[in-house]
Amino acid sequence: MSQVSPLKLAVARGAGSLIRAAGRGGGTSLPGKLLLSMQDDAIERLVSPLENGTVVISATNGKTTTASLLSSILREADLEPVHNHAGANMPGGIASSLLSATRHGTLTGDIGLFEVDEAWVADLVGRLQPRVIMLANLFRDQLDRYGELETLADSWAGMIASLPAATTVVLNADDPLLAQLAGDRQNVIYFGIEDRAYAESSPRHAADSKFCRQCGAPLSYDAVLLGHLGHYQCVSCGAQRPRPSVYASNIQMNGMSGSAITIDSPGGSIAIELPIPGLYNVYNAVAATAAACALELPKTAISGGLREARAVFGRVESISVSGHEVALLLIKNPTGANEVLRTIAAQDERFDLWIALNDKIADGRDVSWVWDADFEELAGRVNRVTCSGTRAPEMALRLAYAGVDRHDIVVDDRIEQSFDSAVAAAAADGNPVFALPTYTSLLDLRTAIAKRGEAPAYWSK
Amino acid sequence: MGDILRVCALYPSRMNIYADRGNMILLERRCAARGIGFELSAAEHGDSIDPGAFDLFYIGGGQDRDQVQIAQDMLRTKRDALARAAEDGKVMLAVCGGYQLLGESYELADQVIEGLSIVSLKTVREPGPRLIGNVVIELEIEGKPQRLAGFENHGGRTYLGEGESPLGSVISGFGNNGSDHFEGVRHKNVFGTYLHGPLLPKNAWFADYLTALALARDGTPVELKPLDDVLEDAAHRCALDAGRRSRR
Ligand SMILES: [Zn+2]
Repeated sequence: MSQVSPLKLAVARGAGSLIRAAGRGGGTSLPGKLLLSMQDDAIERLVSPLENGTVVISATNGKTTTASLLSSILREADLEPVHNHAGANMPGGIASSLLSATRHGTLTGDIGLFEVDEAWVADLVGRLQPRVIMLANLFRDQLDRYGELETLADSWAGMIASLPAATTVVLNADDPLLAQLAGDRQNVIYFGIEDRAYAESSPRHAADSKFCRQCGAPLSYDAVLLGHLGHYQCVSCGAQRPRPSVYASNIQMNGMSGSAITIDSPGGSIAIELPIPGLYNVYNAVAATAAACALELPKTAISGGLREARAVFGRVESISVSGHEVALLLIKNPTGANEVLRTIAAQDERFDLWIALNDKIADGRDVSWVWDADFEELAGRVNRVTCSGTRAPEMALRLAYAGVDRHDIVVDDRIEQSFDSAVAAAAADGNPVFALPTYTSLLDLRTAIAKRGEAPAYWSK
Repeated sequence: MGDILRVCALYPSRMNIYADRGNMILLERRCAARGIGFELSAAEHGDSIDPGAFDLFYIGGGQDRDQVQIAQDMLRTKRDALARAAEDGKVMLAVCGGYQLLGESYELADQVIEGLSIVSLKTVREPGPRLIGNVVIELEIEGKPQRLAGFENHGGRTYLGEGESPLGSVISGFGNNGSDHFEGVRHKNVFGTYLHGPLLPKNAWFADYLTALALARDGTPVELKPLDDVLEDAAHRCALDAGRRSRR
């Protein structure tokens, strides 16, 4: 396939620097959109010369972390990935990230690594023609944007059926919405968690229970690991969780500092210290390993890459404000939030909390989900909670009904001011403090802190 | 008071996609704060219902695939009991998909699903996008104007039959069909609405109104003890403001 004309690339790239010069934010998807308007097959043309092909990753939760873990593994294997970043996971954003990786009309890099928005998987798989496609989980998230889960799963099934035989499909065996999507396709790798040490016996919420994709009967679970992910079967038609070939066989969680896990794969067993906390990150590590296996990367690259992994932008980062350390954990939907709540509630000490609930488009305009997340975990565990963001009072109400004492709840919709006072109060009392922002409130917070000119010193990771 | 609010949740395992449990949490905690007991029962697939055993019925929203199965099961195992409960003045709150099921029929993709026919309404498909966004409606409760704030997300367009009254009129958002400015339905004490998921946390006054109605079993009005509602009122105002901001 012929290249994209250097003139078009230059025009689109120029638009990006103009936007940045005008101080209008990162201008992440605009240059890409402009490029696509001049050349609608620009993505196909730019990625086709990549020697090692491309990898596409989609999921409701953890796609950014998983892609970052895989990127770390690829570098360890001496492959330079062309990688898009969180928030640039629709066609415009992906075209922009390709644009910024081109030199003299050609991509600089060995392999494409793209996290893709759930609703855009079918479209982008058509353009990217991936060598490996990984679908890691499907949770209820921002239903106002995606419509219904089943509809999305159906469209993914159709997409998989249309893939060339050479494409390897990587699926989460523990997610009953995904595990059956490949039918009897040959080239499939399943991953999962086998260790049941941190499992529960049934889904925590009726809303998490799932139904057989084949016959519609309720699934029965032997073990539930996270939300509706677990070891399940259909007693009605006999459908079963596929046996994963890449799986966590042993997990030891070490609080906020991460976990020690053993991952088994056809290539052998690897033991790693994962520097990011929570069972959800174990899934991300296993998913990244499964993708690495699909790419036939060596075991040493996998273990080295995972060990080197640092928390991705905003997922788990800690900042120091006037010498007081604050751990930041993104919350955006019930399942993700539940894992965060479970992780912080496991702390020995009581702590302070700052929670910011925004309802902008990137957060999902519908904030109903806070009533599906287990804020009950916080009852009796927190000293003081500050609620901020565009829907601060609704967050406060949720916490009051979750059993947090009303007198311990402060409501202040101003992101920066409320954050500063929350941290100052925690510092004065010597309390640990966690910050739980939704996506755009995290961006607002970072912008506010960067404006003080203190950002480089503030962000410790 | 010694009284107990007996709630029957219909198909909670499937009709709960928008955090409908928020409604149950609100009812329960507000009963507890007033010393009123709270009993929550679930009626799932195949279960029959004794209409006299409950004061309030709740049904939430589900995914299309689930709603088809539920419509069939409801007609078979629960329709007559629910119709009797509705005629007896029992309180019923039907939200989103549950609201559509109250009517005579609704269209889904290429099929027409038969509903419970407890209320005269039909839900059809029309060209155009899903109706999604913050919504505020105004309704009249005992002669006084009141507002409900919420979020709607529905593909179907609902039209009320002759003689049925809407729950309220649309101040901002789409409502039943995006064209006639009506939202929901009220038929005796049956309330249907597209304000999905946790609408009671956004409108604690409405939770109290339903609770009082449900406890007034012999028709004698019930007066509920006032609560400290500073947070509830602020949450209500916040949800109303969100609707106002997105007003087209
Ligand atoms: Zn089955």
